[in-house]
Amino acid sequence: MPELIAKRALPGKEPFVRLGTTLAEAPLVQMTSLALFPGQEKAVNKALKPLGLQFPAPGEAVVKDDIALLWTGREQAFLIGVAAPAMGGSAAATDQSDAWVHLTLSGPQAVEVLARYVPMDLRLTAFAVNRVARTPLYHMSAVIHRTGDDSFRVMVFRSMAQTAWHDLSTALDTLAARAPRA
Amino acid sequence: MRIAGKGLIDRETPVSFSFDGKTYQGFKGDTVASALLANGVKVVGRSFKYHRPRGVLSAGSEEPNALIEVIGKVNQTPNVRATVQEVFEGLVTRSQNRFPSLRFDLMAVNDYAAPFLSAGFYYKTFMWPRAFWERVYEPLIRRAAGLGSLSGKHDEGRYEKAYAFCDLLVIGSGPTGLMAALTAGRAGADVILVEEDSRIGGRLLSDDGVIDGSPSAAWAAQTLAVLRSMANVRIMARTTVTGAYDHGIYGALERVGLHRGASPNLPRECFWRITATRAVLAAGAVERPIAFAMNDRPGIMMASAVQTYLNRYGVAPGKRVTVFANNDNARVVARQLMAAGVHVAAILDSRADASAVEDCPVYLGAQITDTQGRHGLRQITGTHSAGAFDLETDCLAISGGWNPTLHITCHMNGRPKWREDIAAFVPTEGAIPGLRAAGAANGDFSTTECLAAGQSAAQEALGILGRASTVGGVPSAESAAYAMQPLWEVPTDKRAWLDFANDVTTKDVRLSAQEGFTSVEHMKRYTTQGMAPDQGKNSNVGALAILADSTGRGIPETGTTTYRPPFVPVSVAAFGAGGRAEGFAPQRFMTSDQASRDRGAPMIEAGLWYRPSYFPKPGETHWRMSCDREVQMVRKSVGVADVSTLGKIDIQGKDAARFLDFVYTNTFSTLPIGRVRYGLMLREDGLVLDDGTTARLGENHYLLTTTTAAAGLVMRHLDFVHQTHCADWDLRFISVTEAWAQFAVAGPQSRNLLNAVLDQPLPDFPFMACGTVQLGNVTARLFRISFSGEQGYEIAVPTRYGESLFRDLCAKAETMGGGPYGMEALNVLRIEKGFITHAEIHGRVTAADIGLEKMVSAKKDCIGQAMAQRPGLVGPTREQLVGLKPLVDAPITAGAHLFVPGYDLTRVNSVGYTTSVGWSPDQQSHLALGFLVNGRARHGETIRLVDRLRDIDVLCMVCDPVFHDPKGEKLRA
Repeated sequence: MPELIAKRALPGKEPFVRLGTTLAEAPLVQMTSLALFPGQEKAVNKALKPLGLQFPAPGEAVVKDDIALLWTGREQAFLIGVAAPAMGGSAAATDQSDAWVHLTLSGPQAVEVLARYVPMDLRLTAFAVNRVARTPLYHMSAVIHRTGDDSFRVMVFRSMAQTAWHDLSTALDTLAARAPRA
Repeated sequence: MRIAGKGLIDRETPVSFSFDGKTYQGFKGDTVASALLANGVKVVGRSFKYHRPRGVLSAGSEEPNALIEVIGKVNQTPNVRATVQEVFEGLVTRSQNRFPSLRFDLMAVNDYAAPFLSAGFYYKTFMWPRAFWERVYEPLIRRAAGLGSLSGKHDEGRYEKAYAFCDLLVIGSGPTGLMAALTAGRAGADVILVEEDSRIGGRLLSDDGVIDGSPSAAWAAQTLAVLRSMANVRIMARTTVTGAYDHGIYGALERVGLHRGASPNLPRECFWRITATRAVLAAGAVERPIAFAMNDRPGIMMASAVQTYLNRYGVAPGKRVTVFANNDNARVVARQLMAAGVHVAAILDSRADASAVEDCPVYLGAQITDTQGRHGLRQITGTHSAGAFDLETDCLAISGGWNPTLHITCHMNGRPKWREDIAAFVPTEGAIPGLRAAGAANGDFSTTECLAAGQSAAQEALGILGRASTVGGVPSAESAAYAMQPLWEVPTDKRAWLDFANDVTTKDVRLSAQEGFTSVEHMKRYTTQGMAPDQGKNSNVGALAILADSTGRGIPETGTTTYRPPFVPVSVAAFGAGGRAEGFAPQRFMTSDQASRDRGAPMIEAGLWYRPSYFPKPGETHWRMSCDREVQMVRKSVGVADVSTLGKIDIQGKDAARFLDFVYTNTFSTLPIGRVRYGLMLREDGLVLDDGTTARLGENHYLLTTTTAAAGLVMRHLDFVHQTHCADWDLRFISVTEAWAQFAVAGPQSRNLLNAVLDQPLPDFPFMACGTVQLGNVTARLFRISFSGEQGYEIAVPTRYGESLFRDLCAKAETMGGGPYGMEALNVLRIEKGFITHAEIHGRVTAADIGLEKMVSAKKDCIGQAMAQRPGLVGPTREQLVGLKPLVDAPITAGAHLFVPGYDLTRVNSVGYTTSVGWSPDQQSHLALGFLVNGRARHGETIRLVDRLRDIDVLCMVCDPVFHDPKGEKLRA
């Protein structure tokens, strides 16, 4: 039996660049949902301590180097970029690595692109760096993490990767067509 | 004709466009209206009802007459206001509502029949025979009366929707709006300045006044430059706020590409949702006409529009202009015309006590009694304080005063207030929370008042936003008082138009009152006043003044009709931007998608998912040939199907078992680790919600599966039950549907196929077992479950490996005489086996109806159990699941009704219906699943299956729903 071949959600898609803004599929990474059991805050934080992380407050991401822990719902967070430590019964750990496509959107038009689909106030005053939201991305349900002033991690269900790519790249094309002609 | 040296158009950039097949030249910055006027074109449209020739009345979005069609490469847009549409090279436009041509319109015969065509005419005349209204009269009338035409094709243009957020939204960029934006911008607030026009400045571009010693248009340009330099100020030209909604949300329509030639990615329009903490309405005011005899001729236009065409576009709309007004402001227009060298025939001032000192004849106490000129105004006659006049004139500039543009302040059911001194309605404070009307929109008409009002409105907003405003002076400007004396109409026996767009005259309004339609809302519907695309922006106040007069009430008592969004017409394409065709919903693709398409499988939509219908082989010319082969393949060797779309929910916690016992009718706490059990879930009302298998992966760890269709529904249900019934339980769950690619491997050779891909041969793995297996370095989950009635397994790998495993399984299956099978075969297999899907559990059936009452455990409570015992949900009157087999070789259909032979085919005699039908190669017959009253007691009886939509009438035998392997020996093999 030959080894099974791993495929990304959008195999062969090159980064899409318009107006200095880039849409790309991030490489596959380990991602685990950690759902806090009732009354286990201290135990969870103890389990996370070796990673230098703590369980995030609602709407927040805790980031350390290449590892991130994103709040994704009531008493739930996604640990990205590292295998989940033993939680010792403090949280339900569920592998989510393959369930989502990770897109990155960065550059001066990133906010404008998202503003085409996301009904949220994306001004830095309202949605600062390392804030996270579960929010509609047009017809899809997304997790959006602001990784920088002009950069975002956008996650949707893996099966919808093509629609997400289509929508975001269409907005970039549209913005490029809107830009004043030289 | 153009006037040298005047206007803000770019004379260096000529632009040619066409109107009704003829090419005209304008300049960059022109609208179609200004360019046509510059070319001496007077008639631009035909009126709605009487088909009278009409010219340009206004210079803004309130235009009732100059509606045209814009013909693009892929779009044909009707009812475009020529006063808004900018010209660009290659623009093609056409007049509308005329036949065969604008100049000679056969339907103008309506004009001669005008005495018979008063308001309500149709309702009174075309009453009999009754059925003719809908089928004969209405279509004919609609064809005769009307606006532009549609192409009948899909609008494939690109449209856009977007969201924006700000501290202060400023609506309008005249003196008020510019000052408000400047004040708030300087204080550091996030400001969005929205302007309907292509150019920032509002009336400052038309007035030709002076601000701080500069021409008003220059001051606007300087201020715009300052605003542009502020990073916190966003300027949106060509954008109209269309509605005000709850929570400080405003709808706005931006014309993005309508002023340019089409380019592939450029949206035509963008519909914005702007959320603002505060808003300033600085939308200005609309000048109102005066109703007098035959006041609709081409060449009769608003005085403010004449001023706009003169100062902004450098166009004189006539050679001999006459001004008819009830106020001082219009005199400025006459003076500016004269200064520009345009002959002014006279100023007709309806006020007897106004000044007569001007550089042209002035008639005081003037009233126009008639006009002449079918395709363009030639002559007006009338009376004045000292006699009569008879003037030759080709342009009449009228002004009956100004109405504040307060529409959006009424969008949340606020009513405007009447202000006697300006004889106009003004916004009621607080009608839209967070919004302040200022300047002309609030009834302050002088430029100085507007500048000051804009500043103070912004300061008020800044105070609420908690920002300090820098103290700045207000620029000096014109501050003339607004002197006017109301004049709504000049009494006449002739027609005097109020609503040009819908051809409503003063007579129609009086008739409405006379016939008892005295409420303004009734008058509107009786006469259709204000119901055209312009929504009566010119005519509403005038019409209700006439109504007030004819009912003996005052104007404030009469009140206005309700102003509703949108303020200007919004194309449905903009509202639904991105949602046409495949954009209607996200597309979900399985990992096997490409592999299935490579094999020529037609994909069908299952919810949002795309799933293969069947896998055609060479020589198969009909789907049934492929389907039959695939069914037999599964029964005889092995088939592979992608079942990743089924919902999977990972459930963990010490209370996981307890929770499953609570949401399922049957018991899961007793399920051993490493085993799977079929479960049935009820809604709170006791009817079946969903079914599926749940595996116990560990002591406190379960994997629940749902049907494809109900994956989201079940997740929502579990969340609801968790949060409302047992929020404190030690329980967590999350969807893992997308984390695993899962494939059904079914048939007598299924074990052999698995052994071909697994590292180690499968040990003893009984029916309903689950566990992990190894494929190289990939750990997979294996479940022995079957939806086909054969020995069957489902193998799940992390999604990234799905495509690879699917291709592998299919290739190896083919060496065993097997292969992939699609949804059609999957459906036949489960019908043969009597397995249900949501065709059967369609939301109206109980567990007993589908023969699963034994699965409802009496030892414990579960969601829906009590409600399932309600009267009517139990007993022999219920329709129960049965199988049906035709007595003859004839097709049968799902959705057919069942009747006892010999009974009439009436609704009350229907004793059941079919839900699923398929051709069974095994039984060599069509088979159906369906529901029949007391069906389980009727096995062996003959029933009549009737589908009147598809002309099917077949006698069938009622059977047990399980046709294939009733004892389940193959399943457990």
